[in-house]
Amino acid sequence: MALLDVQELQTYFHTEYGLVKAADKVTFHVNEGEIIGLVGESGCGKSVSILSVMRLIPSPPGETVGGKVIFEGKDLLKYQPNGREMRAIRGSKLTMIFQEPMTSLNPVLTVSRQLTETLELHLDMDKRAARERAIELLRMVGVPDAPRRIDDYPHQFSGGMRQRVMIAMALSCNPAVIFADEPTTAVDVTTQAQLLELMKDLVTRLNTSLVIVTHNLGVVARYAERIYVMYAGRIIESGRSEDIFGHPRHPYTVGLLNSVPRLGERHGTRKLIPIYGLPPNLINMPQTCAFLPRCTEKIGKCEKEPWPELRAVGDDHYISCYVDIKGK
Amino acid sequence: MDESQNDMIVQVKNLKMYFPITRGLLRRKVADIKAVDDISFEIKRNETMGLVGESGCGKTTTGRCVLRLYEPTSGSIIFTGHDISKMPERKIQRYRKDMGAIWQDPFGSLNPRQSAGGIVGDPLKVHHMADKSELKDKVAELFRIVGLDPDMMDRVPHEFSGGQRQRIGVARALACSPSLIICDEPISALDVSIQAQIINLLEELQEKLGLTYLFIAHDLAVVQHISDRVGVMYLGRIMEIADSWELYENPLHPYTKALLSAIPIPDPVAEKTRTRIVLKGEVPSPVAPPPGCHFHPRCQMAIPECSQARPPLRDVGNGHYVACIRV
Repeated sequence: MALLDVQELQTYFHTEYGLVKAADKVTFHVNEGEIIGLVGESGCGKSVSILSVMRLIPSPPGETVGGKVIFEGKDLLKYQPNGREMRAIRGSKLTMIFQEPMTSLNPVLTVSRQLTETLELHLDMDKRAARERAIELLRMVGVPDAPRRIDDYPHQFSGGMRQRVMIAMALSCNPAVIFADEPTTAVDVTTQAQLLELMKDLVTRLNTSLVIVTHNLGVVARYAERIYVMYAGRIIESGRSEDIFGHPRHPYTVGLLNSVPRLGERHGTRKLIPIYGLPPNLINMPQTCAFLPRCTEKIGKCEKEPWPELRAVGDDHYISCYVDIKGK
Repeated sequence: MDESQNDMIVQVKNLKMYFPITRGLLRRKVADIKAVDDISFEIKRNETMGLVGESGCGKTTTGRCVLRLYEPTSGSIIFTGHDISKMPERKIQRYRKDMGAIWQDPFGSLNPRQSAGGIVGDPLKVHHMADKSELKDKVAELFRIVGLDPDMMDRVPHEFSGGQRQRIGVARALACSPSLIICDEPISALDVSIQAQIINLLEELQEKLGLTYLFIAHDLAVVQHISDRVGVMYLGRIMEIADSWELYENPLHPYTKALLSAIPIPDPVAEKTRTRIVLKGEVPSPVAPPPGCHFHPRCQMAIPECSQARPPLRDVGNGHYVACIRV
């Protein structure tokens, strides 16, 4: 039984230009202590999906109109977004690490205040105990000289250190699942390596599940056990990491993997194969597959039938496509 | 000038670019940011030289110095045989039309109130390379070269997608038929599926028009893909230069090794067998860089001598240069 089970989640945005189905029938699950990856380009709905799970979609214009989010036997979508039940879960059992630590930390509060707030609120600690625990958390995420740095403000930290503070905050109440939304996009590669190794170590040690949301295929290849690939608001392929990268079956996943340069290719030996065209505009989309205009594998059925549901093509390997390309 | 000199399109020698930090009412100089600290490299005609490094390593500053958008603190930049490092602005114009530039941000680097055709045509006007009657035809031709529909000339930048906007940037860089183009992070603001389109476009144009690129980026996989030779920068200095394949196969500098190992590869099987060198600490401030080798405080191979003197960039054969006393 999965720890977190998201079924057919639908989040729509009502805009003045029309309806945007930002997340459409998104189904995924997270097992205990597992690292999964949610991959896709900007605007594919990956952030919207996890924000919907956290019930952080601003309404209006957004609205989660369907689906279930089962966590600890309860459907989170039944709760009020700002109700007591949801507030008890959010930031405590389900936590988030955001992309840009400078804008997601409050610039006018010390790190200490921001870390102890959650501890006092969720774990009912007194001020002194919370401070002790906050210092311990900062040590755990590798902030040097933690007892002194804890009284600093976010701007006094470097980008990598700020992201460590975010990680400490996400870990503070022993969460069940951490959602990391592009956690390393704003930092350099060597810092990215530091942060990812740190997160991996911590979640393994604490048996916490981690959902890494990213556009960078390489980031999830090393850490995620299972991967969900999203396109235009839907999950179009999911499976074990080795299958997704080794034997992708959806034309979009194949295209994506062929279009990125890989380290260790001799200069001039391989021409990249781009995906032609553009990601679709999500406003008032047609019923057919959203990848159709860019697809090189399309068959007659694709033009007539609606966007296919996910179907199994292997052990724990699903694609939403009428065509099934085997191998690369 | 001998034959080998002719072959060099750019020679950068001992380039230093310091930015002063001033303080107080009298703007007294209190320190320097040593953005680029004595680097030398050369770019041959028709090759792609990659510069790679993390933010703040001085790669962009180097590019801007080559374009002479900055006047270097010292050192020389010899562009097609002429030293432009101290040349007055009015004389530089002649050489600058032979250089193009593509910038990172396809949103910020295009004037939002000017038509796409106007943006691409401007360099032609500035350098008097087209009169009114032929301007439109030339711009249309440039649009076609970069894969844009000339009918879209009258649109303004926000009507284009990110990838198309970057194509406008490429067309503008090509306008005066330059021999050298400085590409400063040309794809990092684009979506993954669009990046390959721009990389391929740059490669095709190079072949067709015999261009030379200075390709600046933080993503080593991309730089390695497009470049013939790659220079690795760290805190204002070049740590290693080698042919791109050699750099991957046989990295010598400990920083290059760490950088290579930090790049994620989209292949879980390969990833699981790779050892990752996780660097300790963070990049020090360029205002007070560490003495000796700039990398020594984070280096696993450092010995006391590393903090004594700056290691020279020495030739280890095969056009491979490395600034480290431990290799």
